[in-house]
Amino acid sequence: MSVCVLSPGALTTVQDGGRNGYGYLGFNASGVMDERAYRIANALVGNFTDEAVLEMAMLGGRFEFTAPCLFAVTGADMGATLSGEEIRMYQTIFADEGDVLAFSAAKTGFYTYIAFAGGIDVEPVLGSRSTNLKCGIGGFQGRKLQKGDVLTLREPALPPERLPRVRVPAESYAGDAAEVRVVLGPQNDYFTKAGLQTFLSAPYRVTANTDRMGCKLDGAKIEYKDGVDIISDGIVFGSIQVPPAGTPMVMLADRQTTGGYAKIATVVSADLPKLVQRRPGDTVYFHAVSAHQAEKLYKKEQRALDRLLLRYGKDLVR
Amino acid sequence: MEQPEILRSGDCALVAEFGKEIDEHTNALVHALDRAVRDKGIFGVRECVPTFRSLTVLFDPMLISGDRLEKKLLRLCKTLSAEAQTQKTVVEVPVLYNGEDLQDVADYAKLSVEEVVRLHAGRDYRIYMLGFLPGFVYLGGMDERIFCPRLTTPRTRIHAGAVGIGGEQTGIYPLPSPGGWRLIGTTPVRPYDAARTPPVLFSAGEYIRFVPIDEPAFDEIQKQVDAGVYVCRRTEGSV
Repeated sequence: MSVCVLSPGALTTVQDGGRNGYGYLGFNASGVMDERAYRIANALVGNFTDEAVLEMAMLGGRFEFTAPCLFAVTGADMGATLSGEEIRMYQTIFADEGDVLAFSAAKTGFYTYIAFAGGIDVEPVLGSRSTNLKCGIGGFQGRKLQKGDVLTLREPALPPERLPRVRVPAESYAGDAAEVRVVLGPQNDYFTKAGLQTFLSAPYRVTANTDRMGCKLDGAKIEYKDGVDIISDGIVFGSIQVPPAGTPMVMLADRQTTGGYAKIATVVSADLPKLVQRRPGDTVYFHAVSAHQAEKLYKKEQRALDRLLLRYGKDLVR
Repeated sequence: MEQPEILRSGDCALVAEFGKEIDEHTNALVHALDRAVRDKGIFGVRECVPTFRSLTVLFDPMLISGDRLEKKLLRLCKTLSAEAQTQKTVVEVPVLYNGEDLQDVADYAKLSVEEVVRLHAGRDYRIYMLGFLPGFVYLGGMDERIFCPRLTTPRTRIHAGAVGIGGEQTGIYPLPSPGGWRLIGTTPVRPYDAARTPPVLFSAGEYIRFVPIDEPAFDEIQKQVDAGVYVCRRTEGSV
């Protein structure tokens, strides 16, 4: 079973939950930008483990199915059609042999995910099927997709006609502003009181330089005490670095493992999807919560995703 | 053992910070805690990333709370012995010193090219951490006579294996990338190779010694590296 790439879109890569566990060797994790959309997409097609999906950025591609297949589309709305017919997102959909799945530019949001029942069959590298563009490893030949590529799919747990069709409420990325919750630190003591206040109240605009590595923001300068150079230390998904220019940069999926700028705060995991789905020109406001609150938010998010999988599991057994 | 300061890095990571300086003792504490966490296998810990002076500990809040993990880390620190490292592993890295900026480095240092090579290859460098790129080593202990500022305009592409000097640091580019360090030579060995097991040649806590080689030796070693049979010499020594 396979999917042919008729046109790849702007930046379409094979991704999964990330190449985790190798940060100590300097491997950046890669993986999907919007983990929530990714996990829902996999759940909708009965992929219980972290199967590899396609991630499309800003402008989607066109893909032809060579055999009957179940798939689901989540994330940004790119006006998906199946052989010319509009299709719903956040729903299990059946494609027949020869059907063409097509996307255009994202209307709202930035990253769209396609999960196929069974997942994409590429060789894992260091335990992950994610594409690491910088190193040229993982995913489909270590690169973004090109016209003419043929993606092989893994065998799903059940034949497509026996898999249940499920629909969940779609995520909305509408609007051009988002409030993003953060936990201050680990280097918030590098900034003045006024600087912290600026960071937590000023609007920050997403710049065109934003990519899978980092969300570079423009806006009021954050005042720091003596400087923002630190002895390089660990960076996580959501770390907010402040370089000497004084405007923040949120480190994302393709971040390097370590960095030498002070990190004023860290985005709470539950708010990462809404941050990564912002488009250049959109506005972001930061709002501080305690680490306890952030952990609570994390648990709430995980439980909701687990419930979705369980609900689907019941259908699958029936 | 000294107690680290535990900092928060969001809802899924703690940072155990042992100091604000780059020194061998602080770094040894970081790696001791890293080893202890790995050996102990704390339930809920996903990954540890050791750096110069701190250990980032990634965890799953569904399995362990940040507070509980903090207590466990602090308790673990108390049980660690603070004995100084007496033995070291030295990895010999052959280098052909023919870099494009070697003469510039010599001019800046007001030394001869031979003198720069002698100073660069004349000591063992501690690997404080790996980061930035797979297999990129952060080394300490370069002779201050060959400190040299970075290029004002970084190169857009530096070849894998390039050995360079950037300010007070020296290191090896593990894969082609842009960079601003002054290039003094090239090693035929590959610090990083995704197809190899293990993919990265060096471990933090080891030492690197650069060994000058000539062109014929470079070609011979490169052949062996391509065939997958070259192994860097590792020796044990006292610190």
